[in-house]
Amino acid sequence: MIDNTQSFQFFNRGPSPAARLVFFAVLSLLLLFVDSRYRYLETTRSTLSVLVAPIQQLATMPSIVWRQASSFFVTQHRLVDENELLQQRHQRDATQLLQFQALQQENNQLRNLLALTQRGKFTAQLAEIVYAERDVFKRRILINKGESDNVQAGQVVMDDIGIVGQITRVYPWLAEVTLITEEDHAVPVQVLRNGLRTIVFGAGDTSRLSLRYMPVSSDIQDDDILVTSGIDGIYPPGIPVARVEKIERDAAYPFARVICLPLAGVNSHHHLLILSGLTQLPERPAELPVAAKINKGGRAKKEKPEVP
Amino acid sequence: MPYFAPANQEIQRPVSNTFIVLSVLAALFLNGLPWEGIWLMLRPDFVAVVMLYWCTHKPLRVGVGWSWAVGILADVADASLFGQHALAYTLLAFGGVVLHRRLQMFNLRQQTTHVFGILVLTYAVYALVHWQVNGYVVWAYFLGSLTSTLLWTPLSIMFQAVRQMRTERERT
Repeated sequence: MIDNTQSFQFFNRGPSPAARLVFFAVLSLLLLFVDSRYRYLETTRSTLSVLVAPIQQLATMPSIVWRQASSFFVTQHRLVDENELLQQRHQRDATQLLQFQALQQENNQLRNLLALTQRGKFTAQLAEIVYAERDVFKRRILINKGESDNVQAGQVVMDDIGIVGQITRVYPWLAEVTLITEEDHAVPVQVLRNGLRTIVFGAGDTSRLSLRYMPVSSDIQDDDILVTSGIDGIYPPGIPVARVEKIERDAAYPFARVICLPLAGVNSHHHLLILSGLTQLPERPAELPVAAKINKGGRAKKEKPEVP
Repeated sequence: MPYFAPANQEIQRPVSNTFIVLSVLAALFLNGLPWEGIWLMLRPDFVAVVMLYWCTHKPLRVGVGWSWAVGILADVADASLFGQHALAYTLLAFGGVVLHRRLQMFNLRQQTTHVFGILVLTYAVYALVHWQVNGYVVWAYFLGSLTSTLLWTPLSIMFQAVRQMRTERERT
Protein backbone atom coordinates (compact mmCIF):
# COMPACT_ATOMS: atom_id res chain seq x y z
CA MET A 1 0.00 0.00 0.00
CA ILE A 2 2.91 2.35 0.74
CA ASP A 3 4.35 1.70 -2.73
CA ASN A 4 1.03 2.53 -4.23
CA THR A 5 0.76 5.95 -2.66
CA GLN A 6 4.40 6.78 -3.48
CA SER A 7 3.88 6.10 -7.16
CA PHE A 8 0.95 8.52 -7.31
CA GLN A 9 2.45 11.37 -5.39
CA PHE A 10 1.22 14.20 -7.65
CA PHE A 11 -2.40 13.69 -6.67
CA ASN A 12 -2.58 13.37 -2.96
CA ARG A 13 -5.83 11.55 -2.33
CA GLY A 14 -5.36 10.71 1.31
CA PRO A 15 -5.72 7.20 2.67
CA SER A 16 -7.15 4.42 0.49
CA PRO A 17 -10.87 3.55 0.54
CA ALA A 18 -10.13 0.35 2.44
CA ALA A 19 -8.31 2.25 5.18
CA ARG A 20 -11.18 4.72 5.41
CA LEU A 21 -13.69 1.88 5.50
CA VAL A 22 -11.90 0.27 8.43
CA PHE A 23 -11.54 3.58 10.27
CA PHE A 24 -15.17 4.64 9.91
CA ALA A 25 -16.54 1.14 10.47
CA VAL A 26 -14.63 0.87 13.74
CA LEU A 27 -15.81 4.36 14.69
CA SER A 28 -19.44 3.36 13.98
CA LEU A 29 -19.11 0.14 15.96
CA LEU A 30 -17.63 2.10 18.87
CA LEU A 31 -20.52 4.56 18.74
CA LEU A 32 -23.01 1.69 18.54
CA PHE A 33 -21.48 0.03 21.57
CA VAL A 34 -21.40 3.22 23.62
CA ASP A 35 -24.93 4.20 22.60
CA SER A 36 -26.56 0.83 23.19
CA ARG A 37 -24.76 0.07 26.46
CA TYR A 38 -24.26 3.36 28.22
CA ARG A 39 -26.36 6.00 26.48
CA TYR A 40 -23.63 8.63 26.90
CA LEU A 41 -24.41 10.37 23.64
CA GLU A 42 -27.80 11.92 24.38
CA THR A 43 -26.43 15.50 24.41
CA THR A 44 -24.66 14.97 21.08
CA ARG A 45 -27.86 13.56 19.69
CA SER A 46 -29.96 16.50 20.77
CA THR A 47 -27.35 18.94 19.39
CA LEU A 48 -27.33 17.20 16.02
CA SER A 49 -31.12 17.01 16.06
CA VAL A 50 -31.16 20.82 15.77
CA LEU A 51 -29.46 20.36 12.38
CA VAL A 52 -31.95 17.76 11.22
CA ALA A 53 -35.05 19.40 12.74
CA PRO A 54 -35.73 21.81 9.81
CA ILE A 55 -35.79 18.91 7.34
CA GLN A 56 -38.02 16.92 9.66
CA GLN A 57 -40.38 19.85 10.07
CA LEU A 58 -40.47 20.27 6.32
CA ALA A 59 -41.22 16.58 5.86
CA THR A 60 -44.35 16.90 7.98
CA MET A 61 -45.68 19.72 5.82
CA PRO A 62 -47.28 17.58 3.07
CA SER A 63 -49.41 15.67 5.54
CA ILE A 64 -50.41 18.87 7.36
CA VAL A 65 -51.34 20.52 4.07
CA TRP A 66 -53.29 17.42 3.04
CA ARG A 67 -55.16 17.36 6.33
CA GLN A 68 -56.02 21.05 6.10
CA ALA A 69 -57.09 20.71 2.50
CA SER A 70 -59.33 17.77 3.27
CA SER A 71 -60.82 19.56 6.28
CA PHE A 72 -61.59 22.49 3.99
CA PHE A 73 -63.77 20.31 1.81
CA VAL A 74 -65.85 18.78 4.61
CA THR A 75 -69.54 19.18 3.95
CA GLN A 76 -71.85 21.14 6.19
CA HIS A 77 -74.03 18.08 6.59
CA ARG A 78 -71.20 16.00 8.03
CA LEU A 79 -70.22 18.74 10.43
CA VAL A 80 -73.77 19.03 11.73
CA ASP A 81 -73.96 15.28 12.20
CA GLU A 82 -70.67 15.17 14.02
CA ASN A 83 -71.64 18.10 16.19
CA GLU A 84 -74.83 16.38 17.21
CA LEU A 85 -72.97 13.19 18.03
CA LEU A 86 -70.47 15.08 20.16
CA GLN A 87 -73.28 16.91 21.96
CA GLN A 88 -74.93 13.63 22.85
CA ARG A 89 -71.68 12.13 24.01
CA HIS A 90 -70.92 15.23 26.04
CA GLN A 91 -74.25 15.07 27.86
CA ARG A 92 -73.81 11.39 28.61
CA ASP A 93 -70.30 11.95 29.87
CA ALA A 94 -71.33 14.97 31.93
CA THR A 95 -73.75 12.95 34.03
CA GLN A 96 -71.13 10.29 34.58
CA LEU A 97 -68.62 12.96 35.49
CA LEU A 98 -70.93 14.32 38.17
CA GLN A 99 -71.20 10.86 39.65
CA PHE A 100 -67.46 10.50 39.36
CA GLN A 101 -66.87 13.68 41.33
CA ALA A 102 -69.16 12.48 44.09
CA LEU A 103 -67.40 9.13 44.15
CA GLN A 104 -64.00 10.81 44.24
CA GLN A 105 -65.08 12.86 47.23
CA GLU A 106 -66.32 9.75 48.94
CA ASN A 107 -63.14 7.90 48.11
CA ASN A 108 -61.00 10.71 49.52
CA GLN A 109 -63.03 10.72 52.72
CA LEU A 110 -62.77 6.96 53.10
CA ARG A 111 -59.03 7.12 52.47
CA ASN A 112 -58.80 9.85 55.13
CA LEU A 113 -60.70 7.71 57.58
CA LEU A 114 -58.38 4.77 56.94
CA ALA A 115 -55.30 7.05 57.06
CA LEU A 116 -54.22 6.07 53.57
CA THR A 117 -52.35 8.52 51.36
CA GLN A 118 -54.50 10.27 48.80
CA ARG A 119 -54.39 9.15 45.23
CA GLY A 120 -52.08 11.32 43.18
CA LYS A 121 -53.61 13.86 40.88
CA PHE A 122 -52.03 14.26 37.50
CA THR A 123 -52.21 16.97 34.93
CA ALA A 124 -52.14 16.36 31.23
CA GLN A 125 -50.37 18.23 28.47
CA LEU A 126 -51.66 18.00 24.92
CA ALA A 127 -49.18 17.02 22.21
CA GLU A 128 -49.41 16.24 18.54
CA ILE A 129 -47.79 13.32 16.74
CA VAL A 130 -45.12 14.47 14.34
CA TYR A 131 -44.25 11.08 12.88
CA ALA A 132 -45.51 7.62 13.48
CA GLU A 133 -43.10 4.64 13.46
CA ARG A 134 -40.13 5.79 11.43
CA ASP A 135 -38.55 2.40 11.28
CA VAL A 136 -39.89 -1.03 10.39
CA PHE A 137 -38.26 -2.48 13.47
CA LYS A 138 -39.50 -0.08 16.09
CA ARG A 139 -42.83 0.87 17.58
CA ARG A 140 -42.06 4.49 18.23
CA ILE A 141 -43.56 7.87 17.53
CA LEU A 142 -42.27 11.42 17.85
CA ILE A 143 -44.43 14.13 19.37
CA ASN A 144 -44.11 17.89 19.12
CA LYS A 145 -43.40 18.65 22.79
CA GLY A 146 -39.84 18.49 24.08
CA GLU A 147 -37.42 19.85 26.62
CA SER A 148 -38.73 23.38 26.03
CA ASP A 149 -42.14 22.25 27.36
CA ASN A 150 -40.68 20.50 30.42
CA VAL A 151 -41.26 17.04 29.09
CA GLN A 152 -39.14 14.44 30.82
CA ALA A 153 -38.14 10.93 29.92
CA GLY A 154 -40.33 8.38 31.71
CA GLN A 155 -43.57 10.33 31.52
CA VAL A 156 -46.64 8.41 30.46
CA VAL A 157 -48.48 9.17 27.22
CA MET A 158 -52.13 8.32 26.66
CA ASP A 159 -54.96 9.18 24.32
CA ASP A 160 -58.62 9.58 25.20
CA ILE A 161 -59.10 5.82 25.57
CA GLY A 162 -56.00 4.42 27.22
CA ILE A 163 -52.26 4.18 27.61
CA VAL A 164 -50.26 4.67 24.42
CA GLY A 165 -46.70 4.51 25.68
CA GLN A 166 -43.94 6.17 27.57
CA ILE A 167 -41.49 8.95 26.72
CA THR A 168 -38.05 7.47 26.27
CA ARG A 169 -35.99 10.28 24.83
CA VAL A 170 -36.34 14.06 24.88
CA TYR A 171 -35.05 16.43 22.23
CA PRO A 172 -35.18 20.25 22.44
CA TRP A 173 -38.52 20.43 20.60
CA LEU A 174 -39.51 16.82 20.17
CA ALA A 175 -39.94 13.78 22.36
CA GLU A 176 -39.78 10.14 21.41
CA VAL A 177 -42.56 7.90 22.67
CA THR A 178 -42.03 4.16 22.86
CA LEU A 179 -45.37 2.45 22.36
CA ILE A 180 -46.58 -0.26 24.70
CA THR A 181 -46.51 -2.66 21.74
CA GLU A 182 -42.70 -2.39 21.52
CA GLU A 183 -41.05 -5.72 22.21
CA ASP A 184 -40.44 -6.27 25.93
CA HIS A 185 -42.06 -3.02 26.99
CA ALA A 186 -43.78 -3.84 30.29
CA VAL A 187 -46.80 -2.22 31.94
CA PRO A 188 -48.01 -3.34 35.38
CA VAL A 189 -51.74 -3.97 35.09
CA GLN A 190 -54.63 -5.58 36.88
CA VAL A 191 -57.74 -7.23 35.58
CA LEU A 192 -60.62 -4.81 36.04
CA ARG A 193 -63.11 -7.60 36.81
CA ASN A 194 -61.33 -9.21 39.76
CA GLY A 195 -58.25 -7.14 40.52
CA LEU A 196 -55.78 -9.86 39.53
CA ARG A 197 -52.38 -8.22 39.22
CA THR A 198 -49.99 -9.01 36.39
CA ILE A 199 -47.68 -7.43 33.85
CA VAL A 200 -48.46 -6.95 30.19
CA PHE A 201 -45.63 -7.05 27.63
CA GLY A 202 -45.41 -5.73 24.09
CA ALA A 203 -45.20 -8.43 21.43
CA GLY A 204 -42.91 -6.48 19.10
CA ASP A 205 -43.59 -6.77 15.41
CA THR A 206 -47.38 -6.86 15.63
CA SER A 207 -49.79 -4.50 17.33
CA ARG A 208 -50.43 -6.95 20.12
CA LEU A 209 -49.65 -7.38 23.77
CA SER A 210 -49.16 -10.55 25.73
CA LEU A 211 -49.42 -11.60 29.34
CA ARG A 212 -46.53 -13.81 30.34
CA TYR A 213 -46.28 -16.07 33.36
CA MET A 214 -50.04 -16.40 33.83
CA PRO A 215 -50.71 -19.78 35.44
CA VAL A 216 -53.08 -21.98 33.44
CA SER A 217 -55.60 -21.93 36.28
CA SER A 218 -55.65 -18.17 36.76
CA ASP A 219 -59.01 -16.45 36.62
CA ILE A 220 -58.86 -14.59 33.35
CA GLN A 221 -61.43 -14.60 30.55
CA ASP A 222 -61.85 -13.34 27.02
CA ASP A 223 -62.79 -9.65 26.81
CA ASP A 224 -61.44 -8.88 30.25
CA ILE A 225 -60.26 -5.28 30.47
CA LEU A 226 -56.78 -4.68 31.84
CA VAL A 227 -56.18 -1.38 33.63
CA THR A 228 -52.96 -0.01 35.07
CA SER A 229 -52.38 -1.08 38.67
CA GLY A 230 -50.23 1.93 39.56
CA ILE A 231 -47.87 -0.20 41.60
CA ASP A 232 -44.68 1.01 39.97
CA GLY A 233 -45.39 4.71 40.61
CA ILE A 234 -44.90 5.48 36.92
CA TYR A 235 -48.30 4.68 35.47
CA PRO A 236 -51.21 6.25 37.33
CA PRO A 237 -53.69 3.61 38.52
CA GLY A 238 -56.94 2.76 36.77
CA ILE A 239 -56.21 3.74 33.18
CA PRO A 240 -57.33 1.19 30.57
CA VAL A 241 -54.52 -0.57 28.72
CA ALA A 242 -55.74 -3.61 26.85
CA ARG A 243 -58.53 -6.10 26.25
CA VAL A 244 -57.94 -9.85 26.39
CA GLU A 245 -58.31 -11.23 22.89
CA LYS A 246 -57.46 -14.90 23.11
CA ILE A 247 -56.40 -17.34 25.80
CA GLU A 248 -54.66 -20.62 25.02
CA ARG A 249 -54.58 -22.99 27.93
CA ASP A 250 -52.36 -25.92 27.15
CA ALA A 251 -51.83 -28.39 29.96
CA ALA A 252 -48.36 -29.20 28.59
CA TYR A 253 -47.09 -25.77 29.58
CA PRO A 254 -47.14 -24.26 33.06
CA PHE A 255 -48.32 -20.89 31.76
CA ALA A 256 -51.28 -19.89 29.63
CA ARG A 257 -50.71 -17.93 26.44
CA VAL A 258 -52.77 -14.76 26.71
CA ILE A 259 -52.96 -12.39 23.73
CA CYS A 260 -54.34 -8.91 24.29
CA LEU A 261 -55.11 -5.97 22.03
CA PRO A 262 -54.26 -2.45 23.14
CA LEU A 263 -57.35 -0.30 23.74
CA ALA A 264 -55.79 3.02 22.81
CA GLY A 265 -55.60 3.83 19.13
CA VAL A 266 -51.86 3.26 19.19
CA ASN A 267 -51.61 3.81 15.45
CA SER A 268 -54.50 6.07 14.67
CA HIS A 269 -54.58 9.31 16.65
CA HIS A 270 -53.08 12.70 16.02
CA HIS A 271 -53.32 14.12 19.52
CA LEU A 272 -51.99 12.59 22.69
CA LEU A 273 -51.86 13.55 26.34
CA ILE A 274 -48.64 13.60 28.34
CA LEU A 275 -49.28 12.98 32.02
CA SER A 276 -47.21 14.78 34.63
CA GLY A 277 -47.24 15.44 38.33
CA LEU A 278 -47.59 11.89 39.60
CA THR A 279 -47.04 11.22 43.26
CA GLN A 280 -43.53 10.28 44.17
CA LEU A 281 -43.42 6.94 45.89
CA PRO A 282 -41.11 6.71 48.90
CA GLU A 283 -37.65 5.45 48.05
CA ARG A 284 -37.43 1.68 48.01
CA PRO A 285 -35.41 0.58 51.00
CA ALA A 286 -31.98 -0.85 50.27
CA GLU A 287 -32.16 -4.62 50.31
CA LEU A 288 -30.19 -6.46 52.92
CA PRO A 289 -29.06 -9.90 51.81
CA VAL A 290 -31.29 -11.76 54.27
CA ALA A 291 -34.22 -9.40 54.04
CA ALA A 292 -34.07 -9.63 50.28
CA LYS A 293 -34.58 -13.34 50.36
CA ILE A 294 -37.66 -13.11 52.54
CA ASN A 295 -38.99 -10.25 50.49
CA LYS A 296 -38.56 -12.16 47.27
CA GLY A 297 -40.27 -15.23 48.61
CA GLY A 298 -43.17 -13.15 49.87
CA ARG A 299 -43.61 -11.41 46.59
CA ALA A 300 -43.48 -14.56 44.54
CA LYS A 301 -46.23 -16.03 46.66
CA LYS A 302 -48.32 -12.95 46.42
CA GLU A 303 -48.07 -12.75 42.66
CA LYS A 304 -49.04 -16.28 41.94
CA PRO A 305 -51.76 -17.10 44.40
CA GLU A 306 -53.60 -19.42 42.03
CA VAL A 307 -50.83 -21.89 41.39
CA PRO A 308 -52.14 -25.31 42.35
CA MET B 1 -29.32 10.58 -25.31
CA PRO B 2 -28.88 6.81 -25.53
CA TYR B 3 -29.31 5.71 -21.93
CA PHE B 4 -28.33 2.13 -22.50
CA ALA B 5 -25.02 2.93 -24.14
CA PRO B 6 -21.96 3.08 -21.89
CA ALA B 7 -22.34 6.33 -20.03
CA ASN B 8 -18.66 7.10 -19.91
CA GLN B 9 -18.77 10.69 -21.15
CA GLU B 10 -21.84 11.48 -19.08
CA ILE B 11 -20.05 10.59 -15.91
CA GLN B 12 -17.19 12.99 -16.51
CA ARG B 13 -19.49 15.99 -16.54
CA PRO B 14 -18.82 18.55 -13.80
CA VAL B 15 -21.21 18.91 -10.91
CA SER B 16 -21.46 21.64 -8.31
CA ASN B 17 -21.18 21.00 -4.60
CA THR B 18 -24.51 22.74 -4.07
CA PHE B 19 -26.23 20.19 -6.24
CA ILE B 20 -24.70 17.31 -4.27
CA VAL B 21 -25.69 18.81 -0.91
CA LEU B 22 -29.19 19.66 -2.12
CA SER B 23 -29.74 16.16 -3.46
CA VAL B 24 -28.71 14.63 -0.12
CA LEU B 25 -30.98 17.01 1.79
CA ALA B 26 -33.84 16.16 -0.57
CA ALA B 27 -33.20 12.47 0.06
CA LEU B 28 -33.29 13.02 3.84
CA PHE B 29 -36.56 14.90 3.34
CA LEU B 30 -38.07 12.06 1.28
CA ASN B 31 -37.00 9.52 3.91
CA GLY B 32 -38.63 11.71 6.56
CA LEU B 33 -42.06 11.82 4.96
CA PRO B 34 -44.68 10.16 7.15
CA TRP B 35 -44.60 6.67 5.62
CA GLU B 36 -46.80 4.18 7.38
CA GLY B 37 -47.68 0.52 7.35
CA ILE B 38 -47.00 -1.30 4.10
CA TRP B 39 -45.62 1.88 2.52
CA LEU B 40 -42.99 2.02 5.23
CA MET B 41 -41.90 -1.51 4.32
CA LEU B 42 -41.76 -0.60 0.63
CA ARG B 43 -40.10 2.76 1.18
CA PRO B 44 -36.83 2.94 -0.75
CA ASP B 45 -33.90 4.31 1.21
CA PHE B 46 -33.52 7.51 -0.80
CA VAL B 47 -30.43 8.58 1.12
CA ALA B 48 -28.65 5.30 0.40
CA VAL B 49 -29.39 5.48 -3.32
CA VAL B 50 -28.32 9.13 -3.60
CA MET B 51 -25.10 8.49 -1.64
CA LEU B 52 -24.36 5.48 -3.84
CA TYR B 53 -24.92 7.59 -6.94
CA TRP B 54 -22.41 10.21 -5.83
CA CYS B 55 -19.92 7.61 -4.59
CA THR B 56 -19.89 5.95 -8.00
CA HIS B 57 -19.99 9.14 -10.07
CA LYS B 58 -17.82 11.48 -8.02
CA PRO B 59 -15.74 9.13 -5.84
CA LEU B 60 -13.07 11.75 -5.20
CA ARG B 61 -15.52 14.22 -3.72
CA VAL B 62 -18.09 12.05 -1.99
CA GLY B 63 -16.52 9.06 -0.29
CA VAL B 64 -16.61 6.95 2.80
CA GLY B 65 -16.18 9.86 5.22
CA TRP B 66 -19.06 11.92 3.90
CA SER B 67 -21.32 8.88 3.77
CA TRP B 68 -20.51 8.21 7.39
CA ALA B 69 -21.42 11.80 8.31
CA VAL B 70 -24.71 11.56 6.41
CA GLY B 71 -25.34 8.24 8.16
CA ILE B 72 -24.96 9.94 11.54
CA LEU B 73 -27.54 12.55 10.48
CA ALA B 74 -29.85 9.76 9.34
CA ASP B 75 -29.41 8.09 12.74
CA VAL B 76 -30.47 11.28 14.49
CA ALA B 77 -33.40 11.77 12.12
CA ASP B 78 -34.58 8.17 12.51
CA ALA B 79 -33.89 7.96 16.25
CA SER B 80 -31.99 4.73 15.59
CA LEU B 81 -28.84 3.78 17.46
CA PHE B 82 -25.87 6.06 16.91
CA GLY B 83 -23.75 4.50 14.17
CA GLN B 84 -26.35 2.10 12.79
CA HIS B 85 -27.02 3.98 9.56
CA ALA B 86 -23.45 5.29 9.63
CA LEU B 87 -22.00 1.78 9.55
CA ALA B 88 -24.34 0.70 6.77
CA TYR B 89 -23.61 3.79 4.65
CA THR B 90 -19.86 3.44 5.23
CA LEU B 91 -20.04 -0.01 3.67
CA LEU B 92 -22.27 1.29 0.89
CA ALA B 93 -19.81 4.06 0.06
CA PHE B 94 -16.91 1.62 0.09
CA GLY B 95 -18.76 -0.61 -2.37
CA GLY B 96 -19.52 2.38 -4.57
CA VAL B 97 -15.97 3.74 -4.53
CA VAL B 98 -14.35 0.37 -5.19
CA LEU B 99 -16.74 -0.53 -8.01
CA HIS B 100 -17.00 2.93 -9.59
CA ARG B 101 -14.66 2.19 -12.53
CA ARG B 102 -16.52 -0.98 -13.37
CA LEU B 103 -19.93 0.71 -13.06
CA GLN B 104 -18.80 3.49 -15.39
CA MET B 105 -18.22 0.91 -18.12
CA PHE B 106 -21.68 -0.58 -17.70
CA ASN B 107 -25.04 0.50 -19.02
CA LEU B 108 -27.86 1.18 -16.60
CA ARG B 109 -29.25 -2.35 -16.59
CA GLN B 110 -25.89 -3.88 -15.79
CA GLN B 111 -25.33 -1.22 -13.15
CA THR B 112 -28.60 -2.15 -11.50
CA THR B 113 -27.48 -5.71 -10.73
CA HIS B 114 -24.36 -4.41 -8.99
CA VAL B 115 -26.35 -1.75 -7.15
CA PHE B 116 -28.75 -4.42 -5.91
CA GLY B 117 -25.86 -6.37 -4.40
CA ILE B 118 -24.45 -3.34 -2.63
CA LEU B 119 -27.86 -2.29 -1.32
CA VAL B 120 -28.71 -5.75 -0.02
CA LEU B 121 -25.40 -5.78 1.83
CA THR B 122 -26.19 -2.34 3.30
CA TYR B 123 -29.63 -3.46 4.42
CA ALA B 124 -28.16 -6.66 5.85
CA VAL B 125 -25.65 -4.70 7.95
CA TYR B 126 -28.42 -2.51 9.34
CA ALA B 127 -30.58 -5.55 10.14
CA LEU B 128 -27.61 -7.39 11.65
CA VAL B 129 -26.90 -4.55 14.07
CA HIS B 130 -30.58 -4.50 15.02
CA TRP B 131 -30.57 -8.24 15.53
CA GLN B 132 -27.47 -8.06 17.73
CA VAL B 133 -28.95 -5.33 19.92
CA ASN B 134 -32.63 -6.29 20.05
CA GLY B 135 -32.59 -9.97 19.17
CA TYR B 136 -35.08 -10.14 16.29
CA VAL B 137 -35.31 -9.27 12.60
CA VAL B 138 -38.32 -8.21 10.55
CA TRP B 139 -37.75 -9.89 7.19
CA ALA B 140 -40.12 -7.58 5.34
CA TYR B 141 -37.52 -4.90 5.94
CA PHE B 142 -35.49 -6.30 3.02
CA LEU B 143 -38.28 -5.36 0.59
CA GLY B 144 -36.85 -1.87 0.86
CA SER B 145 -33.62 -2.96 -0.83
CA LEU B 146 -35.65 -4.08 -3.87
CA THR B 147 -37.51 -0.79 -4.21
CA SER B 148 -34.27 1.12 -3.65
CA THR B 149 -32.71 -0.81 -6.54
CA LEU B 150 -35.69 0.02 -8.74
CA LEU B 151 -35.07 3.66 -7.89
CA TRP B 152 -31.53 3.54 -9.30
CA THR B 153 -32.45 3.86 -13.01
CA PRO B 154 -34.90 6.79 -12.75
CA LEU B 155 -32.58 8.56 -10.34
CA SER B 156 -29.55 8.16 -12.65
CA ILE B 157 -31.51 9.42 -15.64
CA MET B 158 -32.85 12.36 -13.68
CA PHE B 159 -29.46 13.38 -12.30
CA GLN B 160 -27.83 13.04 -15.73
CA ALA B 161 -30.54 15.24 -17.22
CA VAL B 162 -30.10 17.90 -14.54
CA ARG B 163 -26.33 17.87 -14.99
CA GLN B 164 -26.74 18.07 -18.76
CA MET B 165 -29.01 21.05 -18.37
CA ARG B 166 -26.51 22.83 -16.16
CA THR B 167 -23.56 22.30 -18.51
CA GLU B 168 -25.56 23.47 -21.50
CA ARG B 169 -26.64 26.58 -19.64
CA GLU B 170 -23.04 27.32 -18.71
CA ARG B 171 -21.89 26.86 -22.30
CA THR B 172 -24.37 29.35 -23.75
